[in-house]
Amino acid sequence: MRFHKIYALSLRHIYLICSSFPRIIDLIYWPTVQIFLWGFISKFFTLNSTYYSNTVGIILTAAILYDFLFRASISYNMMFLEEIWSRNFTNLFIAPIKISEIIASLTLTAIFRTLIGLIPATILAIPLFGVSVFKLGIPLLFLLLSLYIFGITLGVLVTSGLLRFGPAFESVAWASLFFLAPLGCIYYPIEILPHSLQLIAKALPLVHIFEEMRNILLNNSVSWFQIIKSISISIMYFVFGVIVFYLSYFGAKVRGTLINMGE
Amino acid sequence: MFIQVENLTKKFKNSLAVNKINFSIEKNKTVGLLGPNGCGKTTTIGMMLGLIKPSAGKIIIDNKNLEKTDRISLLNKMNFASPYVELPKRLTVKQNLEIYGRLYGVKNLDDKIKEVSEELNLKIFLSKKTGELSSGQKNRVSLAKSLINEPEILFLDEPTASLDPDIGDYIRSYIQSYKTKNKITIFLASHNMAEVERLCDSIIMMKNGKIIDRGTCEEIIKKHGRNNLEETFLKLARSKDEVS
Repeated sequence: MRFHKIYALSLRHIYLICSSFPRIIDLIYWPTVQIFLWGFISKFFTLNSTYYSNTVGIILTAAILYDFLFRASISYNMMFLEEIWSRNFTNLFIAPIKISEIIASLTLTAIFRTLIGLIPATILAIPLFGVSVFKLGIPLLFLLLSLYIFGITLGVLVTSGLLRFGPAFESVAWASLFFLAPLGCIYYPIEILPHSLQLIAKALPLVHIFEEMRNILLNNSVSWFQIIKSISISIMYFVFGVIVFYLSYFGAKVRGTLINMGE
Repeated sequence: MFIQVENLTKKFKNSLAVNKINFSIEKNKTVGLLGPNGCGKTTTIGMMLGLIKPSAGKIIIDNKNLEKTDRISLLNKMNFASPYVELPKRLTVKQNLEIYGRLYGVKNLDDKIKEVSEELNLKIFLSKKTGELSSGQKNRVSLAKSLINEPEILFLDEPTASLDPDIGDYIRSYIQSYKTKNKITIFLASHNMAEVERLCDSIIMMKNGKIIDRGTCEEIIKKHGRNNLEETFLKLARSKDEVS
C-alpha cells in the first residue's frame, strides 16, 4: 500500500465535505437530534427506574456510542455511494490503485466524517444533560476502537453488496445497522434476550462493548478481558468483510458491472 | 506489437458479447473501433482496461499479459476518457485534476495541471465545480484528466458524443495535435465517422461480438465500393452476412 494514493483518495472526500456548509451541518444535525432525544429519555428513566437510579446517563452514553458505530458505518457507505452517484466509478477502478488502498482510504476518511458529526453532540451532552462519555476513562478509547472496526466492517460488507448487486443494494446500506441493533443489547442487558438469541448476540462485538460500558458506569470496574474480546471479534469480522469485498470485486469483474456502475 | 489481443472472448449469462477477436496495435498508432450499438465495443475496451475479466483469450500490452501481470504497473501507462464517465461533480476542476494526478503519481503536479489546463483552455474555470460546467467543458476536463499522467495508451470512448460541431471539432483538433506532439497509442471507439477518418491510422469494425473487417479507412471504403466511411459503416451494419 502506498500512502500517497490513500491520501489522494481521502482528499477527494475531505474536499467534498469541506466544500459544502450544508453538508457539514447535515453531518452534525442527526447526531445532535439523537443526543437530545435520548438525553430526555435518559433523564426520564433516571428519575423513574430502579435499574438506572444510581447512575445518570447510561442510556445517553449508550446512545452516543451506538451513534458512533452508526456514523462510522454510514460514512463508509456514503463515501462509496458518492463514487457511484457521481459516475466516477470507472475512473476510480482504472486508476493505478489497489483494492486495499481503496479500503484503507475509506476507513481513514470515515473517522473524519464520524467525528465531525459526533464531537459537537458529545460536547453538548455535558452541559445539557450532565452526561459525559469521557467518564468511561481510558477504556472509552478501546470501546470506540472496537465499535469503529465493527462499523467499518458493516460498511465493507454493504459496499461489497453494492459491487455485487449494483446501486439497487443502496437501500440495504441504510438499513444494515438496524438489522443488528436488537441483538446488540445497546440499551438493555443481554439477559433480556431469549436464550437462543443470547447465543447469537454473544457472537457480535456489540454485546461485549455495551455490557462493558454498563459495567464501568454501574460497578466502577473495568474488565479488560471483555474489551479485548470485543476488539478481537470486531477484527475477525473485519477480516471476513475484506475477504467478501475482494470476492465481490472479482465477481463484478466477471459480470462486467464495474464499467456501467451508476449508469 | 505494442498491444496484442488474442482470441478475446466475453460471455455474459445469456449472451456472447465478444467472440474470439484478434487484433494488434502498433506503438504510437491510432486505431478506431467501430460498430453498431451492442456489438461489443465497450466490453472490449472494458477488458483492455482490466475492468472486465475475459472469459477466454488474452490481452498483451507492452509484452505483459494483462491478466497475469501486476495491473498497477500497466494502469500507470494508460488512461481513459468518455463522456459517459464523469468526475466528481461537487469538486472543482482543479481538485479533480489534483486528485487524479496524485493517484497516478504525477511529479510536479502543479506544473502539469497548469500545462493541461492551458492546452485545453480550462484555466478560467479551474476553480469552478465540475458539475456546473457545460457538456463541452466537462469533456475537456475529462480529456485533461486522461492526459494528466502522460499515458502511453489512451482509450477514448466517443470523446465528442453530444457535443456541438464547434466544440467537437476543437476536441478532435486537440487530439490530433496532441498525438503529433507526443508519443501515444490511441484506441478510439466512436460513432462519428468523420472523426474516425480524421484521427485513425486504421480501423476495426465489429458486429455481434466479432470483427467483421479491418484496415485503413481508404482500404475499407474502397473494398466495399462506397464513397466514405459513413456509407461503408451503414453497409456493414445492415448486412446480414458477416464479412471477414
